[in-house]
Amino acid sequence: MTKRIEARFEQCRAEGRAALVTYVMAGDPDPETSLAILKSLPKAGADIVEFGLPFTDPMADGPAIQAAGLRALKMGQDTVKTLDLIRRFRAEDQDTPVILMGYFNPIFVYGVDRFLVDAREAGVDGLIVVDLPPEEDDELCLPALKAGLAFIRLATPTTDDKRLPTVLSNTAGFVYYVSITGITGAATPDFGKVATAVERIKRHTPLPVVVGFGVKSGAHAAAVAEGADGVVVGSALIDALKGTLDGQDRATAGSVEAVTKLVKELSEGVRSVAKRAAA
Amino acid sequence: MSAQAQPNSFRTGPDERGHFGQFGGRFVAETLMPNILELEKAYEEARNDPAFHADMASYSTHYIGRPSPLYFAERMTEHLGGAKIYFKREELNHTGAHKVNNVLGQILLARRMGKKRIIAETGAGQHGVATATLCARFGLDCVVYMGAVDVERQKPNVFRMNMLGAKVVPVQSGTKTLKDAMNEALRDWVTNVSDTFYCIGTVAGPHPYPAMVRDFQCVIGNETREQMMQAEGRLPDSLVACIGGGSNAIGLFHPFLDDKDIEIYGVEAAGHGLDKLHAASLSGGRPGVLHGNRTYLLMDHDGQIQDAHSISAGLDYPGIGPEHAWLHEMGRVTYISATDEEALEAFQLCSRLEGILPALEPSHALAKVMELAPQKPKDHLMVVNISGRGDKDLFQIAEHLGNQIV
Ligand SMILES: Cc1ncc(COP(=O)(O)O)c(C=O)c1O
Repeated sequence: MTKRIEARFEQCRAEGRAALVTYVMAGDPDPETSLAILKSLPKAGADIVEFGLPFTDPMADGPAIQAAGLRALKMGQDTVKTLDLIRRFRAEDQDTPVILMGYFNPIFVYGVDRFLVDAREAGVDGLIVVDLPPEEDDELCLPALKAGLAFIRLATPTTDDKRLPTVLSNTAGFVYYVSITGITGAATPDFGKVATAVERIKRHTPLPVVVGFGVKSGAHAAAVAEGADGVVVGSALIDALKGTLDGQDRATAGSVEAVTKLVKELSEGVRSVAKRAAA
Repeated sequence: MSAQAQPNSFRTGPDERGHFGQFGGRFVAETLMPNILELEKAYEEARNDPAFHADMASYSTHYIGRPSPLYFAERMTEHLGGAKIYFKREELNHTGAHKVNNVLGQILLARRMGKKRIIAETGAGQHGVATATLCARFGLDCVVYMGAVDVERQKPNVFRMNMLGAKVVPVQSGTKTLKDAMNEALRDWVTNVSDTFYCIGTVAGPHPYPAMVRDFQCVIGNETREQMMQAEGRLPDSLVACIGGGSNAIGLFHPFLDDKDIEIYGVEAAGHGLDKLHAASLSGGRPGVLHGNRTYLLMDHDGQIQDAHSISAGLDYPGIGPEHAWLHEMGRVTYISATDEEALEAFQLCSRLEGILPALEPSHALAKVMELAPQKPKDHLMVVNISGRGDKDLFQIAEHLGNQIV
């Protein structure tokens, strides 16, 4: 529910820093390792966790995330099992917001109403569905809001001032600013431009603005944290995990730690920047 | 006919949000939305501009070679012993298929919009060749995404695209076929959105593509109406066309949709059989959302997209245009399917009887003509769309027939 997201941003604001949002793929490279990674994220310094719903054809994602999804699917991951992992995470952690991120088709096929009930019951707080622009709000965004789940919208460099109100109209929880025109895991953004864009979005909404795409290191995270309310990191964590898999894409002894190590670095990056607002 | 209320006209869709009933729509990343809205506006303006239509007509005549003939297939008719069979000869178009009708429209539109870089996806390579051709003609940069598997089985077309100055990018992700080429083209578009025009090859994708591509392909059906009136003094009794995404089919069908007595058949690829690997999304799929639109898709219990299979690279797609999905649910068009084997047989029959080597795609339509025509009386007028020529498929066909081309 939105409450957990609000509380978390409130807490970060009180600490005078930006939030660290981490993305990993559900079921990658297998369900148990994936759950272990999910559980390790808050402990390593993640404030909000995004869990990827695997999809065969993630057309706005790059090779790292597509491969992660295909690894998970090969091991039998599906929407039911993904919600189950979140249920098991929630049994131990009542506070960390969990956002599901993916594409619409698996949700549509699951059935929107049933999905919203099950996701809420499992402890999901918000949804990011990449291929549902405001023009398709009837499909999931409006039902999700009614069901008490935040529908987090992406704003991009192509979203001009005229379009921004449309994009922001039904968004809740936070606004996810995509730092580049491109796919995940591709270019590193121009951090100066990102700061200007965040200021522009903030003129249109009281919601926190978090920035993702292209953030790979603690230094990047610190640069983004200067102007944004949060930083999202995904492909870099997936790459870190992938680097530890064996020849058959199986987890090894160092798999979970490779992810937590990078999360710690990112968390230090975010925490190294004291926010102007709090100063 | 299905239980849904029949509309007064089957030709008015989509609505202003791009919906054909529950199908169609605009399911794309936010990055692309401003561009898609810009495209919709530009197309709306072009559609209402006589200068655009005059340009289209002129290039159609002098560059593509339209109108394409409506040919009475006398020996096939005799052989099958039923309906009088006519071929709509889209294989005679410049570049060898119907794809060029649509590409001409989109490239003229891209020019109006001031876009200098064109991207496209291609399966069989016909859409890629058509796009590369018009980009050469108008001096535009051209990048064509093609599944690595298709690059392998459609080598002649890859070479043609290279000769025309296009860059062909073999796509290694996913199943390495048409759907992955479309994913990759969408990724390119998300990345290069400001200067790039995405020229989609069939009646799929986010609104306005399905309607726009259909409009450009309607030249097939419009000509057929006139030509049949001239040949026989009346409209045809039935229409048959193959369906990959469905652009050659909707181009033939659409101008006839409101002639309620005309039987219309769309032929999907049944591959190895409907209970095995195939590409028949209406016969074997369910409604879902992919590549910017809601339509029938081949997928598993979890909404994951399944591999399609057809001997014909141009039909090897796990989806279908949203308007076809709607026409299927409304019961206006009858969708059937033909297997790889049936298509190969029809290819050989047509080649020997008519001296026309059809592409493997329309060979699927011909396979069903072989089934349907004998059931009809001799005064039944049947039109089959020969959407492309078979030259590109000769290597594949030789392999299947156990021959080697040296
Ligand atoms: C000759 C030919 N016919 C048919 C098709 C299938 O496309 P559509 O269903 O859009 O006509 C293709 C696609 O490559 C083709 O090359």
